[in-house]
Parts: sequence; C-alpha cells; structure tokens
Amino acid sequence: MALRMWASSTANALKISTAASKSGLVSPAFSLSRCFSTVLEGFKYANSHEWVKHDGPVATIGITDHAQDHLGEVVFVELPEAGKPVTQGDSFGSVESVKATSDVNSPISGEVVEVNTKLSETPGLINTSPYEDGWMIKVKPSNPSELESLMGAKEYTKFCEEEDASH
Amino acid sequence: MRGKGLWQLGQSITRRLAHVDKRAISRRCFASESDLKKTVLYDLHVANGGKMVPFAGWSMPIQYKDSIMDSTLNCRENGSLFDVSHMCGLSLKGKDCIPFLEKLVIADVAGLAPGTGTLTIFTNEKGGAIDDSVIAKVTNEHIYLVVNAGCRDKDLAHIEEHMKSFTSKGGDVSWHIHDERSLLALQGPLAGPVLQHLTNEDLSKIYFNDFRMLDINGVPCYLTRTGYTGEDGFEISVPSENAVDLAKAILEKSEGKVRLTGLGARDSLRLEAGLCLYGNDMEQHITPIEAGLTWAVGKRRRVEGGFLGAEVILKQIEQGPSIRRVGLFSAGPPARGHSEIQDENGQNIGEITSGGFSPCLKKNIAMGYVKSGSHKAGTKVKIVVRGKSYDGSVTKMPFVPNKYYKRP
Repeated sequence: MALRMWASSTANALKISTAASKSGLVSPAFSLSRCFSTVLEGFKYANSHEWVKHDGPVATIGITDHAQDHLGEVVFVELPEAGKPVTQGDSFGSVESVKATSDVNSPISGEVVEVNTKLSETPGLINTSPYEDGWMIKVKPSNPSELESLMGAKEYTKFCEEEDASH
Repeated sequence: MRGKGLWQLGQSITRRLAHVDKRAISRRCFASESDLKKTVLYDLHVANGGKMVPFAGWSMPIQYKDSIMDSTLNCRENGSLFDVSHMCGLSLKGKDCIPFLEKLVIADVAGLAPGTGTLTIFTNEKGGAIDDSVIAKVTNEHIYLVVNAGCRDKDLAHIEEHMKSFTSKGGDVSWHIHDERSLLALQGPLAGPVLQHLTNEDLSKIYFNDFRMLDINGVPCYLTRTGYTGEDGFEISVPSENAVDLAKAILEKSEGKVRLTGLGARDSLRLEAGLCLYGNDMEQHITPIEAGLTWAVGKRRRVEGGFLGAEVILKQIEQGPSIRRVGLFSAGPPARGHSEIQDENGQNIGEITSGGFSPCLKKNIAMGYVKSGSHKAGTKVKIVVRGKSYDGSVTKMPFVPNKYYKRP
C-alpha cells in the first residue's frame, strides 16, 4: 500500500473519535487513538502496508488496518485476474478512496490463484474487515524465502508508530 | 500522478512513494513544512484533530476526525465551518474603481446594485481565465473581492500592473489587501439559523450574493451570502484577532451540528455542486465560455466588450466554443484529472479535469472538457482509467441540486 501518511488520520473507523467530534468537543484521546489500529500476530507485513498470511501452499494478501484507516472509505478496488504473476514490491492493483488512489504492492512474488470477487460489489469490506473478508488476492509463492524479508507483528506496529510520529 | 484534487501534492507523493526512497521524500517535505504559512485558526484546527497538509503555501486542514464522506454529508444535512483565510480578500476603492475592474473581469460590475455581488472571472488578452473570484459592490466607490490563494501572487501582480497604467492616465483607484482579516465560510442548511444567533441584522433579508458590513459576535465583519459548496451559506471576513472567537461561537451555537470541515470535503462538495476548481477545471488557456460560464458575461459586456480578451470571448459566444466543460457519470474506478475521454468508437474527445466518488450520490462523478457536439446530456462516452476503458455518460450539472437562498 503506497500510502503517504500525511497526518495522524484515524478518522471513521474509530468510534471514540467519531463520538467526540459529534459533540464538537476536543477529544484528548485522539492523539493516542492512532495506536489502536489492529496488527495481527502470525501475519507478515510489508513497509508499504500490505499483509500476507502464509499457511499451506497458498498465501493470502490484503492491506492492513492501519492502511485502510489512513485511506478512509474504500469505494473501488482494482484487482488482477487469476493466473497473473505478481512480483515482490510491485503494484498488483489499486484501492480508491474518496480521498485518493493508492497502489497496492505485492509483499511476495508468485502467481495469483484467486481474487476476492466480493470486493467489486462491496469494496468497503477492506474497511470493515481488512484481515478477513477484505482480503484481496491469494498467491502461490514462487520464492517463499521472500517472507523472511517482511516484518513481524511487533516490528510492523513499531514501524507504524514511527511513521505516524514523523508526520 | 493520477489524482489532481486539492490534495494533489499528497497524492503525487503517494504515487511516487511506491518506488522511491521514502525517507528522502519525507525529509524534503518536512523541511518545507516549516515554511508554510498558518492561519490564525491553526491551533484550533490541530486541537480539533485537523490533519494539516500543505496547500498553496499554507498549512491547511484536509480533514478532521470525521471521514471526508461523513464530513461532506454533514455539510448538506447540517452545516460546515471552513477556514478559508488562505484566500485573499481585497478592496478596490476610488471613484473609478468600477470602470477599472471592468477592464479585468467579465461581469457587469456597473450594473450591480450596491450591496450585491457575483462570481466572475479575471481574463487575459487571449480570453483565458486568470482566476475566478467573488466580487461585491460595497458602494459605487468600493468593491470587495476574494481571489484564490494559489493565484494570489499572479492576480495581485496583474491587478497592480493594470492599476499603475490606469492611475497614470488619471484614473482614481487604489487597493487594500485584507491581510488583517481572516475568512470563514459557514455553509449548509443551519448556516442561516446559527449565524442569526450572532447578529442583530435580519439575515432573512440578505439573499444569495448579497454583501453587508455588519457586526457579528460583536465585531465588524464583511458578510457575503455565498460559498462554494452548492449550499446556502456565508463567507465572513472577520478581523483576525476575533476569528477564533467567532469560529468557536459558531460551533457552539450550532450545538455541535455545524462541524469544522477540511479541504477534502470542500472538494467533494464543490464537485457535487458542479463548480470549477481553478487550476484543474479552469486554467489560463480555458475561456469562461468553454468553462460553461457564459452566464457570467454581463449582457452589457456582451455588447460593449472592454475587458481583456473580449474579442475571443464574444466571438465564442456568437459561434460557440470548440470544447466545453461537461459533467460525467462513470462506472468503474472514480475518474480523476487527466483521464482520457473517448467516444463510443474509442476516439479521443477530451480529458477529465477533476473527479471522484460522490458521497451524496454514492457514485462516480467527474467534470472534464469534450469537443463540442459530444457535450449534450446523455451522450455515451468511455473514460480511460489506468489503461482500461469504462462506460460513462455526459450529464447536467450540478450533480447535487444547489440550495442557494435566492431573492424571490
């Protein structure tokens, strides 16, 4: 997810900030809320904010909670067709929000074996369920050792915090 | 760069970050952020969770805690308060200020009643648009106008150059740039009721495009019943030392219904209202006629001319322009600036100038320029986004009906 983290956006997904803004009050919790994005154990993460879950012969790929949070409501998802090759670090599709268009990069190389067709009808699944219903593609990895180069949950959490802090 | 909306800088970097050294770009932006100008409401924005981005040399909120979607909807349902202090307020004074301004803009300024105004265009010698501006006739010897932040330097240089030549021939005109004032835009159905709490003047007697000097929240303000969202609303020029208090008073009187709203939702709102964003939908080489603003050329001006580029513009009114700005609906991903527009046979007929997903209509809307002949509502087109073509159709604008408080 080639996202520029302009601002410490947490926005819509977080009930706490939405409730506070409705009352028109300044929420002191807001500055902390950026830490609330979920990062799951057992997944691997790319510094462009995609996750990959590799168990068995096929790896599932999507964008992280942190990424969807910064993007805002996803209104369109462009995905490759099954059978297409993907390359680590290269764009395989894109996500459109009200705010912007962002490329989605593949965290690993391989061949696309399945795409999440539900996203064409319900792109918002990426916001509501980034790690489950909002998965994007399944890939048969061509070089499983690439997974080693990716971040673990702890490392990625720290990466997000640092990235937010520098903006 | 794909998108070229208000946050174009952000997007361009978004795009580039995919392949380039992230740290290097971050550093470069970071260094320049300290050079950005801040409005007097900066701290209020930050305290309310505003995400500040560089815009036309200013650090401005692109959104607050609400998503752009929610923010856009809330403006149409309740109301929005925008800090538009980055825009440049200007007074032209002197007994010849009207003939002077008429040399530079297409509006019938002389024909405006005192206390009323209009949207107009500053043109160049070729009839192209230098900027769009809302002007108001305060009196016959005082015009108040507001120009875009991004055009400030070039507009002021342009006005100054012509003013020098005008005054050297004995014309009486001078200017004052209102850097001592801040500008707030209060928009949406609650704009009137909320503002009425803060002034003794009867706002129901002030109609769309009217201008008044009056006390608001106890301080002398310039009030124009205008805006750039398609909603009823006001732009309030307030002495900068009173701007934060006024903003807080407006938010408080609305009981939280009117919310601070950023540039992101402002762009969605103006797009839904079918209004041009200067720099995207209108540029130096585009005439007001091509941009669909023929209505803004005053009737008297069509006969008399007398403004820069009048020959080109009057000829286009007579013969019709070769390209026209149109509204479009499209399938697939939202069309953004520079997407190609093709006819049904795949022939190029034009280009998108801005577009996005409409929060109110829940579908893709865009505007762009097409060859005359392909501009009629209902014309089927193809819009090319990232190499794929998607079905689209020309449609009338505004996309969302406007709700101006017009004089009966």
